[in-house]
Amino acid sequence: MALAIVERVGYRTTEILAGFGEFSRFVGRTFLWLFAGALRVRNWRLLMPQFYEVGVRSVPVVAVVGAFIGMVMAVETYSQFAAIGQESRLGAVINLSVVKQIGPVLAAVMLAGRVGGALAAELGTMHVTEQIDAIRVMGVDPIVYLVVPRFVACVLLTPILTAYSDVLGIIGGWLIGVPFLHIPNTAYWYYSTHGGVDTWQVMEGILKAFFFGGAIGLISCYKGFHSGAGASGVGRACTESFVSSFIAIIILNFIFAEVSKDMYIAIYGIRSIFG
Amino acid sequence: MSLIEFRNVHKRFGRQVVLNGVDLGINEGESLVIIGASGSGKSVMLKHMVGLLQPDEGEVWFDGKRIDQLAERKLMDVRVQFGFLFQMGALFDSMNVEDNVAFPLVEHTSKPKAEVSKIVDQKLGMVGLPEVRKKMPAELSGGQRKRVALARAIALDPRVILYDEPTTGLDPIRSDVINELILKLQRELKVTSVVVTHDMQSAFKVADRIVMLHEGKLMFDGTPEQIRTSENPVVKRFVQGEAGDEELAGLRGPSA
Repeated sequence: MALAIVERVGYRTTEILAGFGEFSRFVGRTFLWLFAGALRVRNWRLLMPQFYEVGVRSVPVVAVVGAFIGMVMAVETYSQFAAIGQESRLGAVINLSVVKQIGPVLAAVMLAGRVGGALAAELGTMHVTEQIDAIRVMGVDPIVYLVVPRFVACVLLTPILTAYSDVLGIIGGWLIGVPFLHIPNTAYWYYSTHGGVDTWQVMEGILKAFFFGGAIGLISCYKGFHSGAGASGVGRACTESFVSSFIAIIILNFIFAEVSKDMYIAIYGIRSIFG
Repeated sequence: MSLIEFRNVHKRFGRQVVLNGVDLGINEGESLVIIGASGSGKSVMLKHMVGLLQPDEGEVWFDGKRIDQLAERKLMDVRVQFGFLFQMGALFDSMNVEDNVAFPLVEHTSKPKAEVSKIVDQKLGMVGLPEVRKKMPAELSGGQRKRVALARAIALDPRVILYDEPTTGLDPIRSDVINELILKLQRELKVTSVVVTHDMQSAFKVADRIVMLHEGKLMFDGTPEQIRTSENPVVKRFVQGEAGDEELAGLRGPSA
């Protein structure tokens, strides 16, 4: 009994390590082909359909989520701030939260669901119907043909979608805060930009979006390439793609928060929005 | 010297041994059919020939060069000399027929669009489907899909065409069309053909030589005439399509 448990744990550990090694090789080959493939102008034509799929088709969902999050934050936080007479600083809190954390993370999570799921399903189906093998047999590397364009689209467009989500989140918060909750417009924006949002916060959000996009692209393509057989295999690949991307986003976000905070304090010192 | 050669090839998946020391030479220009029961490793052999799978032990050679240890990048040069017809066609479902057939030409040549289009026409004409050019794979029947896949496989004028169960899932008439097509390509393009099948009618029609894979080893190697008259009971039962006691054991009740 005890031996069986040890065997199972050992087997699982080996499996996880082998999976991680396989993923690392996949990432390595993607980066190798990213630079080698960029030299071939012919490969550039593969980018546009992916830009459309990852970027244009994600605009509605990212816009709705961004706008409503800004509005919800205004509704939820107003009474607490009003109770201590600080409602004019609501804009600072909402806008700071949106550009630094909620905008990038929620946009990335939405993309992990919409784009990541679609990529894993598409590549998983290609895998089980031998279309990926067909590409290899015809002397074309599927990493160049399928993975690199999707990865590049995710890396380049996640920050743009994040910026878009940020803008709509800010507008959403303002829409509730100023016209409905009657916070003075000037104070709302004044406190947002004095002690609230500065270039650093905006850039931090945008910078981490590059990494979130990269993680979504790589994880989804990897899961699709290694999906199990049949419809259930593809379904599992989609689920695993979302869950793994989500975990990667949360962990990357924590690392960014820690590093960015230390760097910010070292450069500017601590700045309070209530200062 | 053989064009394709297997030297003592072993392959297992987990605990299942699929190939257990296979030795086989395929000569240039011949039409070889590999037969064997479902799951006997026929498709696995085919995938070894183009480096889609690597043997656990043994060697695979193509045109005097060992290919089983080649890196993916170097395998590309070998693979363009092969055309591979997958069991279900493996057409790209996001592309129409024209783009599917043009795919290898676009990727490996710098021919102008008009010339690519002319070659696509010619290849679709060879498989007897000039009218489906603009259709999507989902709009094609099973037989049409395989013929389009064959047009794509011959787009680069390969030296070898590998057929993975080309008649599976087709009615007898459509199967015969595919068999005739294999013979036609063999005649017109002077290619080496390797066909994996368990359809004996198809095997007799297209083969110069037949090998039978059984329990990871080649059990038979000879001409269609020799396999017809073989006295080996396993070969005989397979050729005549008769299940033995072993296969029927599960169907018999416990009292039998």
